Amino acid sequence: MSALNTTAARKITDSAASVGTQSPAPLTTLSGWGRHPVVSGHERRGEDLEQLCNGVALTRGLGRSYGDASLPAGPAETVVASPLADRLLGFDAASGIVRAEAGFPLWRLNRLFLPRGWFTPVTPGTHYVTLGGMVAADVHGKSHHRDGCFGEHVTTLKMRVADGRVLECSDEHERDLFRATLGGMGLTGHILEVEFRMHRIPSPWIWQETERFADFDSLLNALEVAGRMWPMTVCWADFVGSGARFGRGLLMKGRWAEPAEAPARAPRFRHAPALPPIFPNWFLQRWMWQTFNWLNYHKHGARPHVGIVHPETFFYPLDVIRNWNLAYGKRGFTQYQCVLPTGDNHAGHHRLLQVLQAHRADVFLCVIKDCGPEGKGMLSFPRPGISYALDIPIGPRIQSIVDALNELVVAEGGRIYLAKDAFTRSEDFRAMDPRVDAWNAVRRKWDPHGRLRSAQSVRVFGDQT
Amino acid sequence: MKVVFLGATKGMGRALARLLAQRGDQLFLLGRDLDDLQRSAADLQLFGAAGTVGIATCDLLDPGTFAPGLAAAAAGLGGFDTVVVTAGLFATQEALETDAALTGRLLTADFTNTILFCEAARQQLLAAGGGTLCVFSSVAGERGRKPVILYGAAKAGLSHYLEGLDHKFRAQGLRTITVKPGFVKTGMTAGLTPPPFAAEADEAARTALKAIERGRPEVYAPGIWRWIMLVIRNLPRAVMRRIGF
Repeated sequence: MSALNTTAARKITDSAASVGTQSPAPLTTLSGWGRHPVVSGHERRGEDLEQLCNGVALTRGLGRSYGDASLPAGPAETVVASPLADRLLGFDAASGIVRAEAGFPLWRLNRLFLPRGWFTPVTPGTHYVTLGGMVAADVHGKSHHRDGCFGEHVTTLKMRVADGRVLECSDEHERDLFRATLGGMGLTGHILEVEFRMHRIPSPWIWQETERFADFDSLLNALEVAGRMWPMTVCWADFVGSGARFGRGLLMKGRWAEPAEAPARAPRFRHAPALPPIFPNWFLQRWMWQTFNWLNYHKHGARPHVGIVHPETFFYPLDVIRNWNLAYGKRGFTQYQCVLPTGDNHAGHHRLLQVLQAHRADVFLCVIKDCGPEGKGMLSFPRPGISYALDIPIGPRIQSIVDALNELVVAEGGRIYLAKDAFTRSEDFRAMDPRVDAWNAVRRKWDPHGRLRSAQSVRVFGDQT
Repeated sequence: MKVVFLGATKGMGRALARLLAQRGDQLFLLGRDLDDLQRSAADLQLFGAAGTVGIATCDLLDPGTFAPGLAAAAAGLGGFDTVVVTAGLFATQEALETDAALTGRLLTADFTNTILFCEAARQQLLAAGGGTLCVFSSVAGERGRKPVILYGAAKAGLSHYLEGLDHKFRAQGLRTITVKPGFVKTGMTAGLTPPPFAAEADEAARTALKAIERGRPEVYAPGIWRWIMLVIRNLPRAVMRRIGF
């Protein structure tokens, strides 16, 4: 082979590869799951994440963070998308330790390992996330009060840090980098490979009990009590109604079914249909959500439901439609997620309802979860208390709604979740999360020139563009 | 099946190899970069491939590696009955028009050398009594089109060769399957803006697997491209000249 050939040959041999398109990716528009904000920038995709992310400001996964966490800081910036780097690299059935490239998606992991008796120790409410994204957001789930965040189960990360070096970090090696990366929103380095410990499960099915509660206080009390007995708990609450009905809802409690009570067959997995991109901004109206919430509440009935459910129905009810976010139209929506400490008879939690009502916020969907102690991640979201995730369509008043909610969260000693955030002001974040300084110090140690950044880090941490 | 796979580390090849692994097929991977092959072998093993997934070097730009690669695969699998080729080279028309050396490499890889590899595979399959040869061509080979003149020319020639092969040797037990993917979102097309019908690699791979299982000689992946290309093939030249597609 001639010398002329060799550079191109490296790119092409063992599989279909592109040599003519190594020039910068074309300018495009990118947005998170909430479809707001929409920013211009370049997105580079490819199988060889380690090579692609060299010298780039940010790596994103499947773009399921709601706001601007996965978006480029400006139109001149490039972000790398990891989903094509999706190989499983190893699994040890004795320890349950699995290793994969950062773009490996959770849905694939679940569908491969559920039938074999293993499950991720922590799952968020969607399975369309990558392992790298799960680390960057240090995701939590219905089991946070028992299992903590995903990061508690991560054993090793392979990363490319800002100066170009590729290294492995863990609790034993480069511990500061490791802990700053758990929940570090991808701003400490590019996550290339993730190694973590899976959980053994007795069967691939879920035993679920659901109960209906007619008011907010009894719902919260039941959630706290359930958390002491059940490994997985979550509430859906009606935040569209008014008066005493505001905050009523359903409590779902779950655990892995024992082999004796589970069906003998393995759960079947379906391909989720997608919505066409035709929904106008006016499609989702308040009355539709009033009706939906009313039906959701009343079709349950007063008596508890108990029985076996499909694991995907239990963990990922919204994933039955692949891109349900399109239903909000081009205006998009934000998910405001905060955790408020418990105590004083939920007075602070009632104030949250009052703020929402005072601002006439359209909360189409509200999910309430129990949070356990803080974990390893230096900037991870959860802390002891109750977490609220509120889906609110974008409208002219959205910034003032978020500001008012943040004011309450600061006063109550809670904090917000960066993976969902699109509107929080820098000063509000600092007021609710003083850990940011220690985290930033580690970040600056590994990235003294500030090469890694996102649209969110410019907005929330004051990074330079 | 005992499958020799050239191009399983990336894109549609990765997706199809995983489907084969999940069926419990035995796989042997050929490619240039041993480290990369080893990572794919581990992945396919965990997806359920039977036995141990073997690997050996084989370089589409170096026909001298074809026979040793296939021999290593035959030894590793204890003979094989299926050969899949998804490897190939892609570059945009603009890049090719200004780089004659690149054009030469692309035409050599996608036409001459792919056919030479298929010839070597054909001989081994026929000697063993037949089998399946599944090769990824492209819808780019269906009609002379402005964005894919050179790439399309190589793929047109490849499709022609594969059709002839199927006509001549099917009676002897060799089933040749030509997969014609449309725009699929892989690393190969990463720099291009996807058209409305752009598919994921998984969808295209599922279509290809069905064709392998049923022995269909030609398949568009995903299926919608059959109808798109039906229209494109029948457009008058005057129209083709005006549109940019």
